[in-house]
Amino acid sequence: MATTATDVAHTGGSMLAALRRSWGVSPGSLLVAAAVIAFLAAFLLYPVGTVFVTAFADADGSFTLGHFASFFTTSLMRESFGNSLYVALVSVAIASLIAVPLAYLTVRFEFRGAILIQTLGVLPLIMPPFVGAVAMTLIWGRSGTVNLLLDEHLGFTVPFMQGLNGVIFVESLHYFPFILMNLIVALRNIDSAMEEAALNLGCRGWRLFRRVVFPLALPGYLAGAALVFIKVFDDLGTPLVLGQTNLLAPQAYLRITQVGLEDPMGYVISVIMIAFSILALWLSVRVMKGRDFTTVQKGAGGLSRRRLSRGESVLAYAAIVLVLLVVLSPHLGLLVLSLAQIWSFAPLPDAWTLTHYATVFADSGFMIRNTLLYCGLAALIDVAIGTAIAYLILRTRLPGRQWLDFAASAAIAVPGIVLAIGYLRTFQPVQVAGVPVTQTWILIMIAYAVRRLPYALRSCMAALQQINISLEEAAEMLGASGWRTVRRIVIPLMAGGILAGFVSSFITAAVELSATILLVVRESQAPMSYGIYLYMQSVSGRGPGAALGVLAVALVALGTYLSHRVVERAQAANAPARAAEVVR
Amino acid sequence: MFRSFALVTLLAFTVPSFAGTVTVITSFPKELTAAYKAAFEKRHPDIKLEILNKSTVASIAFVRETAAGQRPDVFWASAPDAFEVLKRDRLLEKAADVVNPKVPAKIGNYPINDPEGFYFGQALAGYGIMANTRYMKANKLEMPKEWTDLLKPQWFGHVAMTAPSRSGTMHLTVETILQGEGWDRGWNQILQMAGNSAQITERSFGVPDGINNGQFGAGPVIDFFGLAGKYSGFPVEFVYPQVTSIVPANIALVAGAKNAAEARTFVRFALSQEGQEILLDPKISRLPVLDYKAFGGRIPAGYPDPAAIAKRSKVQFNADLSESRYSLVQSIFDQTITFRLKELQAATRAIHDAEAKNAAKKNPQAAELLRQARELAFTPVVSAQIADSAEFQKLFASNKKEVEVAKRITGLEETWNSKARANYEKAAELARKAAALLA
Repeated sequence: MATTATDVAHTGGSMLAALRRSWGVSPGSLLVAAAVIAFLAAFLLYPVGTVFVTAFADADGSFTLGHFASFFTTSLMRESFGNSLYVALVSVAIASLIAVPLAYLTVRFEFRGAILIQTLGVLPLIMPPFVGAVAMTLIWGRSGTVNLLLDEHLGFTVPFMQGLNGVIFVESLHYFPFILMNLIVALRNIDSAMEEAALNLGCRGWRLFRRVVFPLALPGYLAGAALVFIKVFDDLGTPLVLGQTNLLAPQAYLRITQVGLEDPMGYVISVIMIAFSILALWLSVRVMKGRDFTTVQKGAGGLSRRRLSRGESVLAYAAIVLVLLVVLSPHLGLLVLSLAQIWSFAPLPDAWTLTHYATVFADSGFMIRNTLLYCGLAALIDVAIGTAIAYLILRTRLPGRQWLDFAASAAIAVPGIVLAIGYLRTFQPVQVAGVPVTQTWILIMIAYAVRRLPYALRSCMAALQQINISLEEAAEMLGASGWRTVRRIVIPLMAGGILAGFVSSFITAAVELSATILLVVRESQAPMSYGIYLYMQSVSGRGPGAALGVLAVALVALGTYLSHRVVERAQAANAPARAAEVVR
Repeated sequence: MFRSFALVTLLAFTVPSFAGTVTVITSFPKELTAAYKAAFEKRHPDIKLEILNKSTVASIAFVRETAAGQRPDVFWASAPDAFEVLKRDRLLEKAADVVNPKVPAKIGNYPINDPEGFYFGQALAGYGIMANTRYMKANKLEMPKEWTDLLKPQWFGHVAMTAPSRSGTMHLTVETILQGEGWDRGWNQILQMAGNSAQITERSFGVPDGINNGQFGAGPVIDFFGLAGKYSGFPVEFVYPQVTSIVPANIALVAGAKNAAEARTFVRFALSQEGQEILLDPKISRLPVLDYKAFGGRIPAGYPDPAAIAKRSKVQFNADLSESRYSLVQSIFDQTITFRLKELQAATRAIHDAEAKNAAKKNPQAAELLRQARELAFTPVVSAQIADSAEFQKLFASNKKEVEVAKRITGLEETWNSKARANYEKAAELARKAAALLA
């Protein structure tokens, strides 16, 4: 980012504000916009375009919409579209039912369970592919622990993992943390004065939550809910594992990955999924339009906190433990699997062992380092770009700025294999220090950044939406440059949201597989997700695969916990000083 | 300053790849590749073997999208269709000189090596039935011996299979059944087996994996998955039914590879007596292509003999026939089974239920309804006559990128899909009517 010192040198505060309102684009933000556009064009739009061109091309390469016509005349496609929509909508509803009470509980009440929720609550997002599905079926499947026990003691079984409802069950458990994380941040940013005013006016209880607290936290909720919707709509892994083919993402995938057949329909479906994801985002933007969610006072700790009585606290803990037990059941399954010798058609394994961990430590240690390196860098890129896009959209009047959001978010609907093929195709001739870039790990890292950018972006947008512009205007009137304002006012106030974005990028990148598998050119470059995949390819690899999965989950959880601690400490140390600085 | 930065980046991004590294791209599990790596590097200490493990689809895309001169050296995988695709795209190197002359030309009726000399059978695999013994005990099922055992009503909901479009070896199994039983009878069996299935898995490994952990009772799998599961201590069994075919898993040299000369050394090694013996390791449990006579009694007792199985099999596999209707069979399977499984299951269940009632209380009217229901549910939507027509096969083999072709294929698929759905729904209705007569 460049400085905009010239702005400040020549104009007074109010003039600057006027200029900002009429023009809205400073040279600095133009530069930032150019950088963001360049990144998206080079690493998302162009490479993906080279692959998606198939959807619009006839055999001789000429432009055609014929393949799209085929899509709309096929009843299987219409059915798949309806199913995808149904699954995504219901998953959002169920994820909200889990996430909203948990978020409210942690923010409203003063009790130690809060940190438990904040750390353990994000774990469902870290479910390594393949091994996660195996663990899940071992717990909830047709012959899983729960159903075997039910059958033995009560004489019936429940088809948790069957049909579209099975998909909804797994997706809700998997993605509700997106709502949880963003909502917690949003609730914390609410000005307690609002709540006090409402209380003074006699509004309390459910009405207070419904009319005041929840609406003020709406940006965070919508950010999370939009992510869950788009993610579930575009998700491939869960339906495939549950054998549900009549949804859009599996239909696209099955066609794109069929050996020896180039079926343009797969790409047509992908293009339609992207269009629909953008439409969903646009709708969520429309909902927010014309509403002001900002509050002026920051750093006062959000809602007033209440202590729980002894009885209430027991109740709260019981509820939390129950919810966590359900949402963390795949991880428990994973842990058991990693310690199991043989586990087949039994509630628990026949015998226990530690050898899988020994195997993993002996030959996969370097993968842990690679995961930390790639995902850490990718998440840094994501929050930098996410913050930049959020700022450009919400604080400038750059024409077409909304499309930055849409373009970046489209990445969520691009199948990993498509992105990876696009990279190999595009970056073939590019060399870094004499080595073809396709032979290095740089592309893996950038693929992670691009695929996980939508997560970080939603969090950053939500955080900035809650900051009142008058704080920045105040700083500028006091003579701070644009860059200085961003650095000293905007970013510190957005810190919670940026962290949430970093965490969700990082942890979801850590389990990315579909692009990884294509882009890894040497085993020494492999991250943990690839290692897990490798183990899970063979019968005897299930144990070590699960062990590596457990290590991945533990590592990422530890990282999440530490980053929470760091930010909390920094906020505590900075809060008074920052307030004083703004005033001065 | 800049130069030292560049140097540091250079060091950070490159791993010393000295001449004498052979890169093998493969979908095979770690146990197998690790055993070959160890044995090969011991035999040729000056050559390093680098294993690059990717799924077959990713492997093809990787080779295709990598510039000549940077490509991996050797391609090693099960699915014969993957090699056909690479051959078509001129990504394989002809190398008839690496062949081990002691390897027989054919197994049963199937050529072990590519007749044009682009790829070579390295191991043999046969499809058979794998079953979980605990699962069978809990659900009071008996170990199946033949495909037809999996069609019985007591197996409803306990079978799992994969789709031919997802697995080259499953495609060969479907084709084997179609050739062994004839088009109509073959599809009839496949449809019944699918009707009994709990799931059509997306990965071919999904079937053995699910049977190992007890999600499914039984299903068709490649022999080494079944044998390796058994060896690893899972409560599973594996049998070869009479209708089976033994087919090779292949190895090939990639065109435009980094290190073509030493790649040949590795392929030669994999085909040599020494390389073939590695397959007998119980953790790997694959069948060598080399004639058993060459091993001089080093074959473990009870180890399956591919030549004997191929001889016992009722099928004379016709590779040309399989090739001519390749995409057609995949498409029929997906449109009428994979994407319509729910309706097929419902019809199958209704038929089983009504038949159980009819067995107890015979009613000619109900029997007639059930006959109609069976015919509707288990008759292929495409007749043998149409499937055999050259024009039809040509359409399915042509380029789907061409809008006109794509439109015609999509239109046909649409017809099959909706016809299958209507048939299954009608069959279920007829079966329920029959059941009502018997109530």
